[in-house]
Amino acid sequence: MAMQFYASPEQVQRDRSEYARKGIARGRSAVVLTYEGGILLVAENITTLRKISEIYDKIGFAAVGRYNEFENLRRAGVRMADLNGYSYDRRDVTGRGLANAYTQTLGAIFTETQKPYEVEICVAQVGASPETDELYRITYDGSVMDEPGFMAMGGQAEAISNVLRERHDTAADLPAALALAAEALGSVGGENGQTRKLDAKQLEVAVLDRRRKGRAFRRIAGAALTTLLEGGKDVPEKELGDVDAAPPNPAGDKPTVSAASEDTEDKSGEAAKAKAGDADPSEPADGVNGDGS
Amino acid sequence: MAKDFDPSGRLPDFFTNSGTSSFTQFLTHAAPELLPGRRPLPPGLSADIAPHGTTIVAIATADGVVMGGDRRATMGNLIASRDIEKVHPADSYSLIGIAGTAGIGIELMRLFQVELEHYEKIEGTMLSLDGKANRLAGMVRGNLGAAMQGLAVVPLFAGFDLSPSDPSRVGRIFSFDVAGGLYEETGYDSIGSGSLFAKSALKKKYRPGLSTDEAVRLAVEALYDAADDDTATGGPDLTRKIFPVVMTATANGTHRLSEEEITAVAEQVVSGRMENPGG
Repeated sequence: MAMQFYASPEQVQRDRSEYARKGIARGRSAVVLTYEGGILLVAENITTLRKISEIYDKIGFAAVGRYNEFENLRRAGVRMADLNGYSYDRRDVTGRGLANAYTQTLGAIFTETQKPYEVEICVAQVGASPETDELYRITYDGSVMDEPGFMAMGGQAEAISNVLRERHDTAADLPAALALAAEALGSVGGENGQTRKLDAKQLEVAVLDRRRKGRAFRRIAGAALTTLLEGGKDVPEKELGDVDAAPPNPAGDKPTVSAASEDTEDKSGEAAKAKAGDADPSEPADGVNGDGS
Repeated sequence: MAKDFDPSGRLPDFFTNSGTSSFTQFLTHAAPELLPGRRPLPPGLSADIAPHGTTIVAIATADGVVMGGDRRATMGNLIASRDIEKVHPADSYSLIGIAGTAGIGIELMRLFQVELEHYEKIEGTMLSLDGKANRLAGMVRGNLGAAMQGLAVVPLFAGFDLSPSDPSRVGRIFSFDVAGGLYEETGYDSIGSGSLFAKSALKKKYRPGLSTDEAVRLAVEALYDAADDDTATGGPDLTRKIFPVVMTATANGTHRLSEEEITAVAEQVVSGRMENPGG
């Protein structure tokens, strides 16, 4: 009989922790901090896949680590929040409730499955003043921490946190808060320990706006983000709006009820012409008779 | 709420699976009891057990759409409510009005609102206006069983199209039948018991390219005409200061006319009718 290999529970937990920590440290970082007008969420992200998103009216979500895993958690959060808001009232959806669900879920995954989730997430809830803002950091093993106004996640989070700890100011306005966040993220990862200057293309930025009624979450991207990063204060409210809210494609030239593709409903006759062009009947293909005649 | 109790405390699978962006579809796994159209009803006609909402009008304008609804709900010959609100935003660029069994209409409206927001959050982008209309048609169809027993509900859907095929048609209106048939309307439409009269009024006064203010006035006029000839539609109530709910959807999003705004319009309409009752 083969000898059963024994690993102590301590060893198993340590291995899993190390595995998760390594995975998280490989990715780019994210910071979340409160400022006078709300909560600012900034992630270093050059892709179009989101690390930051809206969960509910006053609740935002930021994550680092493996995309497929935190995307799973994000969807679960949106579903849970919408389910509770639908069955009770929108006011009854809280960041703490969500943080509890995440900590339970991540904790169970960490102890019960072979591979822990390689993620670290932040649930942020904006309040009426910076003192009432809530930031929850939930790590791969399900432990949860209530952070005091700012937090950093991902690779070299400790170094980024140090920058934030020194200079974080809850009375700062949005350009100042964003400048600090960008500087903190750029303080690591440069060659030979040099700082980097991150531009609008490398950052994913959103705020939970304290003054906005209802859904407080809004993304800042494109021209509005460039202006803000350059220290511009006067950002019109409209440009700050949900830049990706509009449906990606313009409406097709077909009735709404038709489930067929646009070319089959072709009102203008262009598609029919284009199709005819593909196999032009005026030029018979060679060898139609099989003998080249 | 979650169907199966999991002692680990982990959220059940249907929360984390990547299956669907639809809230309704999610509810079929997580909490099917919250879905309309699945409740067994006793045989027979149940039309008289619950209040009915009445007239809604919608008008396409140069900038978007205007939708208005009277404030009455009836049960047989009784007025069940004088101040029910039957026009609501579906999301930040579209509006929904309900006529028919009020309770079922309200549930349909609530579910549709969450459905749109849920999709937007999960996918990071809004549904197209056509997509929203088709989704609502499916939800109305789901109520067909109850409709055949007298608990029918028919919504009116209108919105500002963020990416239209024709830039001059940014405001679009969709109507439905109880079987979930979806029809895009041109210019204006009305649903509910007073719709016959409201539509006749709109037919005579509507012209393409109305401004939002003109369309608001026209909507209140049409509701006045509906209330004039239909007992189930409430007119402007000057003694109690109860006036129609009127909302707009434009490039700036949805807006509900404030008490002052709608009072001013309603008083103008009423004073106009003092001189010319036919409008």
